[in-house]
Amino acid sequence: MMIFFIIRRLIMTVFLLLLVSMITFAIFFLVPRLAGQTSYQLAAQYVGRNPVPSEIKQMEVKLGLDSPLYLQYGRYIKGIVLGVHYSDGTNVSYCPFPCFGYSFRNQQPVWPQLMSDAPVTVSLAIGAAVLWLIGGVAIGVLSALRKGTFFDRLSMGVALAGVSLPVFFTALLSLTLFSYKWALFPNVHYVGITSNPLQWARNLVLPWITLAFLYAALYARITRAGMLETMGEDYIRTARAKGLPERRVILKHGLRATLTPIVTIFGMDLGLLLGGAILTETAFSMPGLGQFTILAIQNQDLPEIMGVVMLASFFIVIANMIVDILYTVIDPRVRI
Amino acid sequence: MPAGAMLEVRDLRIHFQTDDGLVKSVDGVSFTLERGRTLGIVGESGSGKSVTSLGIMGLNTGKNVRISGEILLDGEELVGAPAARIRELRGNKMAMIFQDPLSSLHPYFTVGDQIIEAYRLHNNVTKQVARKHAIEMLNRVGIPQAAVRVDDYPHQFSGGMRQRAMIAMALSCDPELLIADEPTTALDVTVQAQILDLISSLQEEFGSAVIIITHDLGVVAELSDDILVMYAGRVAEYGTADDIFSRPGHPYTWGLLGSMPRLDRERIERLIPIPGTPPSLIRVPSGCPFHPRCAYTELTGGRCDTEVPLLREVASLGHKAACHLTAEDRTRLWSELSEGVLPEEAHTPDEQDFAPGTGEQTSSSGADA
Repeated sequence: MMIFFIIRRLIMTVFLLLLVSMITFAIFFLVPRLAGQTSYQLAAQYVGRNPVPSEIKQMEVKLGLDSPLYLQYGRYIKGIVLGVHYSDGTNVSYCPFPCFGYSFRNQQPVWPQLMSDAPVTVSLAIGAAVLWLIGGVAIGVLSALRKGTFFDRLSMGVALAGVSLPVFFTALLSLTLFSYKWALFPNVHYVGITSNPLQWARNLVLPWITLAFLYAALYARITRAGMLETMGEDYIRTARAKGLPERRVILKHGLRATLTPIVTIFGMDLGLLLGGAILTETAFSMPGLGQFTILAIQNQDLPEIMGVVMLASFFIVIANMIVDILYTVIDPRVRI
Repeated sequence: MPAGAMLEVRDLRIHFQTDDGLVKSVDGVSFTLERGRTLGIVGESGSGKSVTSLGIMGLNTGKNVRISGEILLDGEELVGAPAARIRELRGNKMAMIFQDPLSSLHPYFTVGDQIIEAYRLHNNVTKQVARKHAIEMLNRVGIPQAAVRVDDYPHQFSGGMRQRAMIAMALSCDPELLIADEPTTALDVTVQAQILDLISSLQEEFGSAVIIITHDLGVVAELSDDILVMYAGRVAEYGTADDIFSRPGHPYTWGLLGSMPRLDRERIERLIPIPGTPPSLIRVPSGCPFHPRCAYTELTGGRCDTEVPLLREVASLGHKAACHLTAEDRTRLWSELSEGVLPEEAHTPDEQDFAPGTGEQTSSSGADA
């Protein structure tokens, strides 16, 4: 039954996320402790520059850093699910759900910061995904059908370049050409979709194309290989034997079988990308989750790193779940 | 040949240009098939039987194919006809069923959808009408609960049911010519007979001409009116089923018959394989292509490896064989063979006479890939 399958898959997803959180928590809180870091030293990082010892002590108590690690982990998970109250004896502060703790950098809760940066990454990733899926698959199909021709060689050559060239190179190249030399898209910066949809799209064109180029190249190659394999199948011969026009043989019977594995890869790629397109965001100064990650790492801001890792793994796990569920629909042979 | 034959093939040649050389898959094949009759094309793997059938259907595509000769479907020339015209005929006037029904049905579409697609392509009807027709076709080929199973995917069918579904699809547009390429090879022995019965009963019902391609002489014996024995892309022998089974005129046919288990005859001897392997179609042996594997080359005074034997009438009208043996030798050798004298006793060929390759003895009734 479909519904049981989805429920089973959901339970597994929750379990996976718990596992990820455990491992991440252990890396950031258990490992330093094993290396000899005291909870006082840890607390000092939360207080900012030039702290007074009493402030640090107060922070240690407030965040419960002196309690056993499993209690701290329990509190962390509780914060994510329900929100959590912090008390330093006199003042009680409430961090509402989902609470990923406070940033070292600015003593602000991590979650709202993640949420303010996420739309940038989501805009970038989804726009690019649409481009690369359509572009990559179309080029791959055409290449397969014109195998060995000039078009095939050219597009596979460009695809090889797309896979090999790093984003920071293609990004700077596109900025140089289309933003400075011919100022088609001058002064690229992020504009919220709610404040001005037109400017939002206009500013994202170059990042979309740059990011899509990388993935489209990959998808064109996968599609071409898959298509070449599929077109040699017996059921393609059957489709031809029915008298179907070649276009329908390709677009209905051929592509249908080729697309199935591509859906899997697409889901995982998109999930991964939603956690932050670090290089593209940096090259185009887009303040998304990728930029957030870099800053968090540079500042050694543990709660921020934890938060972005948890969010990214959430995207990946959910994308995988959606692919699995989708698979039962697009491949009738998958039994659930 | 009388006018009005359903299918007439004259001197058909299908060659493939490959990196290794010119592959002469079909090299001068001619036959005639009347309405309501069944032709069996028999031969080992690589003898060109499948390529012949795909050639008739216009399914040998690609830049490297060279097709010459004539294929007349109900008087209409197909060689060199516009692709669009052949596509119109394909699946409509001529249809084909294939060897492996699982891989020949699309795994992502329901059986019903695949039949509906074939039917609607050639008939201007609504989806509902086509669906009704699909169910009716499935019923006719013996699928139980056709109205329910029409929505199943191919993997939910058993092997025999899949082949039945393939047949339903091929017959959905009431074709006048049906080509069955090894229709039972991939099936259980118990199902094979059912499928053959189905094909012959549907043939009576629809009145189509049928070509059965197989390496299994048992299949042809059951269904065919006429038999075409192919070897290395050429016709070795052509005649009625009675001619081929009672008075075979070619040593290759003798070999095929000798390697076939028969229940209607008491035999204590082991089955006799044809020595050697089928020749390469790039470097076809000189003279008679069968001569490296033939046990009787010495009887013709060296003509076998120098002179290509013509397809000549033997014994009865319309029964032809391409062999240099004289009529007397042929009659004598076959009567000896059918009495159980092994060819080794009549004459033992030297090892080096065998076809290039391992010299390993392979049975001619080995599975066709």
